[in-house]
Amino acid sequence: MTEGLTPSQTVGPFFAMRLPWPDGPFVVPEDTPGAITIVGRMYDGAGNVIPDGLVETWQADPAGRFAHPDDPRGPAAGYRGFRGFGRCPTAVDGSFRIITLKPGPLPADGAGAAEAPHLDVSVFCRGLLDRVVTRLYFPDEQAANEADPVLASIDEARRPTLIATAEPADLADPAGPGTVLRFDIRLQGDGETVFFDV
Amino acid sequence: MTAEVSRGGLVLPSYERPRGAHPPLDFSGYRSTALRHPQQPLVLLPQRLTEVTGPLLGNDLITPSDSDLTTQHAGEPQGQRIILTGRVLDSGGRPVPDTLIEIWQTNAAGRYRHAREHHPAPLDPNFTGIGRAMTDAGGNYRFVTIQPGAYPWGNHHNAWRPAHIHFSLFGRAFTQRLVTQMYFPGDPLQPIDPIFNSVPDPKARERMVAQFDIDLTQPEWALGYRWDIVLRGPGATVFESEVDDQ
Ligand SMILES: [Fe+3]
Repeated sequence: MTEGLTPSQTVGPFFAMRLPWPDGPFVVPEDTPGAITIVGRMYDGAGNVIPDGLVETWQADPAGRFAHPDDPRGPAAGYRGFRGFGRCPTAVDGSFRIITLKPGPLPADGAGAAEAPHLDVSVFCRGLLDRVVTRLYFPDEQAANEADPVLASIDEARRPTLIATAEPADLADPAGPGTVLRFDIRLQGDGETVFFDV
Repeated sequence: MTAEVSRGGLVLPSYERPRGAHPPLDFSGYRSTALRHPQQPLVLLPQRLTEVTGPLLGNDLITPSDSDLTTQHAGEPQGQRIILTGRVLDSGGRPVPDTLIEIWQTNAAGRYRHAREHHPAPLDPNFTGIGRAMTDAGGNYRFVTIQPGAYPWGNHHNAWRPAHIHFSLFGRAFTQRLVTQMYFPGDPLQPIDPIFNSVPDPKARERMVAQFDIDLTQPEWALGYRWDIVLRGPGATVFESEVDDQ
């Protein structure tokens, strides 16, 4: 006998009272060697920035493992302070940032098959009655991306919405360490981000 | 028992897909959805390692006053004190232990403590309206707070939100993440609230409404409400696209 699910409702405009955490954007501490910064903006269907949104990220560690009982391999050693989870509200200009380590590839179905390194991304905002889910892939993983079973299932024209772009060094966030990647999220219209039924 | 699927040589749990339980993203009654819902169909994402795992946040995030919203300031907040408790379960009926719940709400007068809040109702210096709790080993949670008020919003003429408390839950997997709102029984604003009624199934709407509980109510102290939250549980079906190529 299964119980009926509790329905989703919008986060509304006032989630910023509770959901942002001071260290939310830091999947790893800022001074972690090899840390990267992901920056982006959230846009609506009119091309306006969304100043009342929230982005959450979930990902494997650089060895492609999760500190979670349902990853039968267990966590890799050596990534102290890595929590896999990031959370950042959007600012008045629609921007967000996440400081993290690039995840490793994950085992996929078939001999030697792998999922390319990726982050799962949840998007919340006023006006969204349920979260929407997307994935962030990495621009320097062309071969792995081409072999990735999830990317392969998506119309080629829309695939680029899931692949972050390297931000030129002179545009890099001076507060962020190391490599800066850009991942904009368009909820609707031209260049609409691919969202998943998870 | 957890349904299990073999993926890349690993045996992983699978979670049911919430067909029909949640509101549509495009819902004209709630005007802000107009420019903020995707127009392209969602792409089916097979549940793999990233989706069946999730952040397991620890008790180190929590202090006792996080779950008692009436003791976060020097004085007592105005309004009707309430005890709010329940269980977090999955749809297979199993408790979801050790999971973080975050809540936010208005004060008794229907006002949020937030810079963008323009409702001309009084702030309460003794009430912030935010809380956190972890479920225990049996999936139980408990908050003490103040009955929130109804508040106006600009969605349509004379629009008022029914009293509600916003809830955010992680569960144990990315698939189980849920943000919702808890409502109170007998509220006359519910039948005319677009957000409440965005949920298509009337039975599912009722699952967002807490129950008054006289046995939980404490004499000379506080009214008791009980509200269970059900997250996605073991999947009954492995979709064809998810079957291993062996
Ligand atoms: Fe609200």
